[in-house]
Amino acid sequence: MFIGAIGCEPLQLARVHLENSRSLEVYRRHGGYQALERVLTSMSPDDVINEVKKSVLRGRGGAGFPTGMKWSFVPKDSPKPKYVVCNADESEPGTFKDRYLMERDPHMLIEGMLIAAYALGAKTNYIYTRGEYKYLIDIMDRALEEARAAGLLGQNILDSNFSSEVYTHTGAGAYICGEETALLSSLEGMRGHPRMKPPFPAVSGLYACPTVVNNVETLTAVPDIIKMGGEAYQKLGTEKSGGTKLWSVSGHVNRPGVYELPMGYDDMEKFIMEDCEGMRDGKKLKAVIPGGSSVYVMRAEDIIGRDVRMDYEGLVAGGSMVGSGGFIVMDDTVDIFESTKNLTEFYKHESCGWCTPCREGTDWLVKIFKRIEKGGGRPEDAQLMLDLCDNIEGKSFCPLGDAAAWPIQSAIKRFPEDFKRHLVKAN
Amino acid sequence: MSTEFTQIQPLSQPIDIGDEIASFASEIEAEIDWHLAKYPVMRSAILPLMFIVQRERGYLDPPGVAYLAKRLGLRITDIWEVATFYSMIHTEPIGRHHIQICKTLSCKIMGEPRITEHVCKKLGIQPGETTPDGKFTVSLVECLGSCGTSPMFQVGFDYYENLTPEKVDQILASLPP
Ligand SMILES: Cc1cc2nc3c(=O)[nH]c(=O)nc-3n(C[C@H](O)[C@H](O)[C@H](O)COP(=O)(O)O)c2cc1C
Ligand code: SF4
Ligand code: FES
Repeated sequence: MFIGAIGCEPLQLARVHLENSRSLEVYRRHGGYQALERVLTSMSPDDVINEVKKSVLRGRGGAGFPTGMKWSFVPKDSPKPKYVVCNADESEPGTFKDRYLMERDPHMLIEGMLIAAYALGAKTNYIYTRGEYKYLIDIMDRALEEARAAGLLGQNILDSNFSSEVYTHTGAGAYICGEETALLSSLEGMRGHPRMKPPFPAVSGLYACPTVVNNVETLTAVPDIIKMGGEAYQKLGTEKSGGTKLWSVSGHVNRPGVYELPMGYDDMEKFIMEDCEGMRDGKKLKAVIPGGSSVYVMRAEDIIGRDVRMDYEGLVAGGSMVGSGGFIVMDDTVDIFESTKNLTEFYKHESCGWCTPCREGTDWLVKIFKRIEKGGGRPEDAQLMLDLCDNIEGKSFCPLGDAAAWPIQSAIKRFPEDFKRHLVKAN
Repeated sequence: MSTEFTQIQPLSQPIDIGDEIASFASEIEAEIDWHLAKYPVMRSAILPLMFIVQRERGYLDPPGVAYLAKRLGLRITDIWEVATFYSMIHTEPIGRHHIQICKTLSCKIMGEPRITEHVCKKLGIQPGETTPDGKFTVSLVECLGSCGTSPMFQVGFDYYENLTPEKVDQILASLPP
């Protein structure tokens, strides 16, 4: 598997290939913790937030919310403790970038979290990692121990007056705990059900205290932003989304991997056909899901020769979304009816059961898929599924409902032949 | 959600948590204390503690549940309520080696069906079943974050990636009894 940068100098992947890249010593030798030092000695919390605002860093967890703005929503005058929570739940199908960031460069995450903690005045911070990533929790715990022993974590960090702790926490196998409010419920020791927004976590999150939840990739971008300055970081990307972005590529390409690209990389066709070295076994490209399973599936015709730019606006114009950057590439051996059934089963399994449209809707959708698969398809089934999706999308308690509907809606619209074939077969 | 955090209080009358309560060696108790010290609210440690109980007792059994209720000051039902939400918490016995094959899209199109068939044939069981000697349980699970190195499975907490039937044979043969 390939891990590296294309079209830019590697930032977040700068150290992943070094020997002992996990160790504090290697991290420091390559500029590690310099940003934290600068922040503690010469910047105010507001300076840090301003720098992040200038960088136009947008959250890499899926929603793309501007990070500096999110940080500025935390009330400064609140007497309550504040928390920074790193979202390392990474359960979106097709997404595996956070895993390699933590595996290869754990101190980059610790440094990013401490800078965020300083900006927000947080004394206690958690890394919520999916339970299956037990080995990463062990890696992070060892790195935290190393940082603590070196005076980089805990009391009076680097002899400043700033004290802050970072702890790891484990999930236990529930996709919904990646949704930030469900994550906080889970971190409080409850079932992982989402909560009503507003109030947003920035105002009332963990233990009803002001909390910032950020993705691993978002937080690991912060040290570089401080080091090079927000403006320079923004310039690596576009006006509307600064910096570089990690894409997890899987499926039928010759070279799957984690790719760091500048935001606004030109273009999707070149990326698949050249950077990822094209399709395996000389097969034809059929479809791409570019942002993790929760976004619209794209047809090859909408990619080849279409100059789809790889950033938030570019992918929306191309008919999909950046999401988590999980690029699932499919060749023409894949039946989109079957791939859509596969993802619908995922959403049915992961629906937390809190609200009726999503809990019942995903269950019915799977039942219909199964009936059709057994040869019981009816011509009106495509419409039936769209009606069901319509009753889930926008009518569910949290965005998982939308995420379950979008793959089906886009698949039926863009690959009608694959559905028709199954529906007609029965008659 | 309100803007005030209220801990769920146990019932005011004494709670009967039964006679059978799990107990652990002092180094395990120390590990449990280490987790509890991370949080301002004890209940937050519920998942890390469940993993410890499960590791020590094979699964989260009723004496283990009683132990957690007592240790965390919660009701028995609070523990079950959480345990039954999370797919990695086992409230039934499982095999000593839990083979979790990812069946989500990237793995599926990269050859998961062939791996599942091979594992099941080799062990003589279907997904969801345990071998009669209690050594293996096979499950089909959702994306484990190895999509770029698919097909894959996890045995316990260990990742095995880019699987082929030959590799599966080697892995199964290498696992301790
Ligand atoms: C169903 C669902 C699953 C999610 N899973 C994740 C996840 O695994 N990791 C993540 O960082 N964000 C995930 N998110 C997004 C989070 O809710 C949240 O927006 C994000 O952690 C914020 O961090 P960011 O601003 O750095 O992107 C998920 C959202 C939803 C609705
Ligand atoms: S939309 Fe689905 S996952 Fe979200 S609250 Fe409702 S049931 Fe739970
Ligand atoms: S789809 Fe199998 S690991 Fe992601």
